[in-house]
Amino acid sequence: MMDRQRELYLEEAAELIVELEAALLELETSPQDQELIGRVFRALHTIKGSGAMFGFDAIAAFTHRLEEAFDLVREDRLRVTPDLINLTLRARDHIKGLLQAGNLQTPALVASGEQILNELDVIVAPASGQAAAIKPALSGASPAPPAPEGGEFTYRLRFTPSADILLSGTNPLLLLKELTQMGECDVLAHVDGIPYLEDFDPEQCYTRWEVLLTARAGEDEIRDVFIFVEGRSELRVDRLGLARELQHTRIGEILVERGDVSAEDLTTILEQQPKIGQVLVKAGLVPEAQVEAALLEQEHVKNVRERRTPEAATTLRVPASKLDNLVNVVGELVTVQARLSGHALRSGDPEMTFISEEVERLTEILRDNTMSLRMLPIGETFGRFRRLVHDLSLGLGKKVELVTAGAETELDKTVIEQLQDPLVHLIRNAIDHGIELPEQRLAKGKAETGRITLSASHSGAFVMITVSDDGAGLNREGIRKRAVERGIISAEAALSDQELDSMVLAPGFSTASKVTQISGRGVGLDVVKRSIDQLRGELTIQSSPVGTAISLRIPLTLAIIDGLLVSIGGCYYVVPLANIMECIELARSEGRESHDAAILHVRGELVPYIRLRERFRITSEPPAIEQVIIADTRLGKCGLVVDRVVGDHHTVIKKLGAIYREFDEVSGATILGDGTVALILDVNELAAGVLREQERRLANAEPALAGVPRYKR
Amino acid sequence: MPKTIITVDDSASIRQMVSFTLRTAGYEVIEAADGEQALERLSVPVDLVITDLHMPGMNGIELLKKIRSLPSLKYLPVVLLTTESHADRVKEAKGAGATGWIVKPFGTQQLLAIVQKVLG
Repeated sequence: MMDRQRELYLEEAAELIVELEAALLELETSPQDQELIGRVFRALHTIKGSGAMFGFDAIAAFTHRLEEAFDLVREDRLRVTPDLINLTLRARDHIKGLLQAGNLQTPALVASGEQILNELDVIVAPASGQAAAIKPALSGASPAPPAPEGGEFTYRLRFTPSADILLSGTNPLLLLKELTQMGECDVLAHVDGIPYLEDFDPEQCYTRWEVLLTARAGEDEIRDVFIFVEGRSELRVDRLGLARELQHTRIGEILVERGDVSAEDLTTILEQQPKIGQVLVKAGLVPEAQVEAALLEQEHVKNVRERRTPEAATTLRVPASKLDNLVNVVGELVTVQARLSGHALRSGDPEMTFISEEVERLTEILRDNTMSLRMLPIGETFGRFRRLVHDLSLGLGKKVELVTAGAETELDKTVIEQLQDPLVHLIRNAIDHGIELPEQRLAKGKAETGRITLSASHSGAFVMITVSDDGAGLNREGIRKRAVERGIISAEAALSDQELDSMVLAPGFSTASKVTQISGRGVGLDVVKRSIDQLRGELTIQSSPVGTAISLRIPLTLAIIDGLLVSIGGCYYVVPLANIMECIELARSEGRESHDAAILHVRGELVPYIRLRERFRITSEPPAIEQVIIADTRLGKCGLVVDRVVGDHHTVIKKLGAIYREFDEVSGATILGDGTVALILDVNELAAGVLREQERRLANAEPALAGVPRYKR
Repeated sequence: MPKTIITVDDSASIRQMVSFTLRTAGYEVIEAADGEQALERLSVPVDLVITDLHMPGMNGIELLKKIRSLPSLKYLPVVLLTTESHADRVKEAKGAGATGWIVKPFGTQQLLAIVQKVLG
């Protein structure tokens, strides 16, 4: 039992030292911030207090001294200086070392701990005259001050867009989505205005919405969401009150307060029956939709109230392996569900179809929920980079601040782990090659302190992560020289800036004029690019003399993809839906004629294509009309010719065995409903193959063109 | 698949600022110098038009009206860039079916916020 507790403490302490470091680094920029000082103090306090409880005496004793120092800071008797912060950062590393060592302290650890405490004494000495009297010994855990509870309000919104709202290019659903991001939100769509199909005009909007929102935002902020549709819609915002003061209200009272029913009618009805909503509807006094809305309101308030009361038990700590198991089982369930859907469809039994559709819906919800369990905010990773930036810039004599945005953006745990190294690499590059020395920056009229911005945001099924700096930008002359040296391009090749920029992604490419300890050890951006490729992501570079921005587009999760199922000669393959732009037909004659060129005309655009049938050496006779999937790859558009497009398919990715490791064009496999295995195609690799093939042909035909760059946008 | 945005402005520097910001955020960007050019380039599928109000030749409101009159582009979101926050201009733009507007000078964050608001 005790072991389990100790394990928990170690986990908790590991999180606390991350928090400690983050708070310290922020404190460095705003040393007066009481809240930050409080955060540092609380982290130290908890590490110490719990450490003493679980027998980590060395940690407790060491941390106690730091806590004392920050207690003085809290009382304004000691100033936050860079020395104090640097020392506390070192102390934080020492605590980490102690945590890793458990109770088995090495002499080296003991010595470094003493060294830190001695230095601390020097800093604290002037202020600590009475310190001993204030905090005499290890005190019991006193609770941290409660977090300031801001005013959260609950609002009721009634949003009735005008019928022609679609004609302003506005999608009303996006407005509602924006609301859901502001706080706890319940939405009810009133669809009673939708006419029968024969009277239905698809260009009109017939729906109106009621929304209950509990958020910190003020009424103006909420109205701002609808600012562009003002005049094209009716909007009523009622503030129901401070969320924490809301009371459970009877449904009848809500209806009266909303003005849906009169107080007299309510009393009359109340005298007759208890189930008020139903009775009111039956009596024709209020439409059913309104009662539904009032019920939603009651429910929302109830949820908000319940959320408020037990503050403590809101998160559970679960071992990651349990989640992985859950994801696997859900994966299998998705497969079986696909099989059920297929069977139901073939059976033609409406009852069966109904059940299978219901199962499909629930499975989807289950899948999304399960996936969201694995989602972690990327902010924790960002925190670690603060330290990296601090240390690196100090070592290089540069002044750099790290600005982060979108720390709350959530990503699959495994994706976050795999992003760690590429991001470290990009930040190192930015500090080492991008940001100039302070004097160079001043000479250019830039601020002395360079700025690296690390931002993350959601965009559909992807997360965009951008590392940008306000440094010198890419050295295009240097890149060109280097590319010529390496024989990647000929000396005369005319390249656009963008083409030149993308050269830095070429394997083994590094322009660092001098090899520093930090980057430029011959490992270039190609490594980053490869890691991003493995995550099925994309990397783009934008550069100008006032900075470089490298953007990563990463899929939210690796475990499941939405794919398009296709068949070739009786075998099944899955193409990730994210890569697909469109599907068109390839008449046999057309295919034959342009066989050599392997180029397709799509609305005036030339698109190279590949026959997967030939690529995979499938010998059976192709159908008269084959299908071409136009895929969007990082090398441009590319067509994949298949026999038949079966339909979309939620795919659980299974890894292929080591034997297939060399086979780049397949990224994994999946099991279809009937037990058949389908291979998941890596469109980027396939396209790279097609383009290489074409270049070889071109090179053979006209050797003079051999100098054409291999790396295209 | 990244969303495509067309930026219409006679000032090349605004165009570049808009397209740099949006490309960095992962959008595909097409540039056009005036209304006529924009209409030409709208032959490819585009998800959003960001157009300046004042341009030589076809101005922003005229472009907007033209877009709303074409069956294939009718529902295309159009955001106007305007220097004056004059109520009547905004009103005219709204009446013509503008999805939103941005008052110059604006920052990159503002621009992205509005684009995200419109494109979701």
